[in-house]
Amino acid sequence: MSSVFRILLRRLAISVIVLIGVSMLIFAIARIIPGDPARIALGPNANADQIASLRTEMHLDEPIIAQYGYFVADVMRGNLGQSLYTNRPVTVDIAEFLPATLELVIFAGILMVGLGLPLGILAARHRGRWPDHLVRVGTLLTVSAPSFVWAVILMLLFAFYLPLFPVAGRLTDSYEIARVTGFLTVDTLLAGNFSAFVDALHHLVLPSIALALSGIGQAARLTRANMIETYDKPYIEMAQAFGFYPTRIARRYAFKPSLIPSLTIIGLDFAAMLGNAFLVEAVFAWPGLSRYGVAVILRKDLNAIMGTVLVIALTFLVVNILVDLLIAFLNPRIRHSTRASS
Amino acid sequence: MTRALRIIAANPLSLTGLILVLAIVLAALFAPWIAPFPTHNSAVVDFAYANSAPNGRNWMGTDLVGRDIFSRILYAYRISLGLGIVVLIIATPIGTIVGLLAGYLGGWTESVLMRLVDVFLSIPPLVLAIAVLGVLEPTLTNAMIAVTVMWWPWYARLVYSIARSEREEGYVLAAEVIGAPTTHIAFREILPNCLPAIITKMTLDMGFVIIIASSLSFLGLGVQPPTPDLGSMVAEGARYLPDSWWMTVFPGLAILFAVFGFNLLGDGLRDVLGADE
Repeated sequence: MSSVFRILLRRLAISVIVLIGVSMLIFAIARIIPGDPARIALGPNANADQIASLRTEMHLDEPIIAQYGYFVADVMRGNLGQSLYTNRPVTVDIAEFLPATLELVIFAGILMVGLGLPLGILAARHRGRWPDHLVRVGTLLTVSAPSFVWAVILMLLFAFYLPLFPVAGRLTDSYEIARVTGFLTVDTLLAGNFSAFVDALHHLVLPSIALALSGIGQAARLTRANMIETYDKPYIEMAQAFGFYPTRIARRYAFKPSLIPSLTIIGLDFAAMLGNAFLVEAVFAWPGLSRYGVAVILRKDLNAIMGTVLVIALTFLVVNILVDLLIAFLNPRIRHSTRASS
Repeated sequence: MTRALRIIAANPLSLTGLILVLAIVLAALFAPWIAPFPTHNSAVVDFAYANSAPNGRNWMGTDLVGRDIFSRILYAYRISLGLGIVVLIIATPIGTIVGLLAGYLGGWTESVLMRLVDVFLSIPPLVLAIAVLGVLEPTLTNAMIAVTVMWWPWYARLVYSIARSEREEGYVLAAEVIGAPTTHIAFREILPNCLPAIITKMTLDMGFVIIIASSLSFLGLGVQPPTPDLGSMVAEGARYLPDSWWMTVFPGLAILFAVFGFNLLGDGLRDVLGADE
């Protein structure tokens, strides 16, 4: 366990460096904006005095390094500034919209792992035969269209032509659920309202499939490639020579070592889904971070843009640390070693 | 070259990919001659034929102001392919140089450059592009800049991992022993061994750049109307689902075909060039 702990420390140290870099990058992006941020914030009717005083308040007349310092100090205090779009603190806005996005992404992530890995295993076990060809072409198709195209196609097929699922939103309007976590699947259960829980799940189906499709394809393709590599190893041949059942070989000997490289990519795919959620949310009118993000971008609401990107980057870092820990835990070479491998 | 073509032609999937890619490239190149309504790539209106379902005159139907969807898709391919080529031509050399230096030189150069790459990779690609476009004006040029900013780190990582393993190889040591300059070793000795992987990745990435660029314009942050773009066409049509399905389904399928073609071809090239992912 101690080496897993050491990996955690090392990952955290790297993450701090990366996070400093991310904050610089976000700050730089915010500073390449054409025009005067104070003038943009105040709108076209502001006079010169108002702009001058806001410039002082925003520290815009000080050196760029000092401005970055103020930005970091604010972020550390959990202050992401005021949104010009909603006139509320950015943190309040994000707290309101992030759970809906995370709920969608987590469900899509479950689908990605739950369908992608088994499909990859299936293809690898039947390598060169029809299940393999079917999975290869099918997964190549799913990675070949952006999630908004899948969202539109799924919506057309399963919400309009076959009205199996709702067209938009997270919950049927008639349900009143007290907001605790912001995750409707959790809040409905906390409220003890089981039919609302089913309704929330029902709303999640199409958006999360649309979001997951390309991830499922990638996970399946990668698992297949890794499994095939593992199947060529001598120890698998030995297991086959012992006459073990193919199912047992697949489960106990071939799958585990193949899982580890797949997990890294699954972490990256999760990141891609945080971005692609913007597209799926737009199609299904999902009240998540996307609608807010696009709205603040169109209004050049700097604080809100920076805050949104920062929170997404942070979420992504946390997920990747978790994935690395999972890998360390699953990999016996790391789990049982006394020294953390580089 | 002929050997490569023969290998690709032998595999039905790769061959399909090659044909799809060729068809799309030709369609984009000759759009003004192929399109039944070549003027429909701009803000013209033809209300007599507005909102008509696919028929003999308009094979893929028309949009709300009567423009031919098929003609607009052909013109949109020009934008998508052009954007993909520009992005890859800028992003690939930047990423390759960063990756080569980090992988071959090691030490401090490696730590600094690769942490920089980590920073860019730790913001989801689409979100990074959205943020860059958020502060710039949404135009085609700025979309190219935004996509390039998020694209180069992937090449840096790819080339870095190859260069790091190659630096221990005998031929690199031999070059070092006879006193070859660092730039010679990096660009003349190691780089040629990275090329198969780079070329494969570029083919696959043409598809992914098309996906990202259409995603940006889907959100209204890319190519602006009246210039036809596959993403904005889907976004426009999505408001009129399910009745005017052709406005979204055909541009959506156009994206799918193009990206599928590049993916099939990229997979085939990987077999030909023997490059790993």
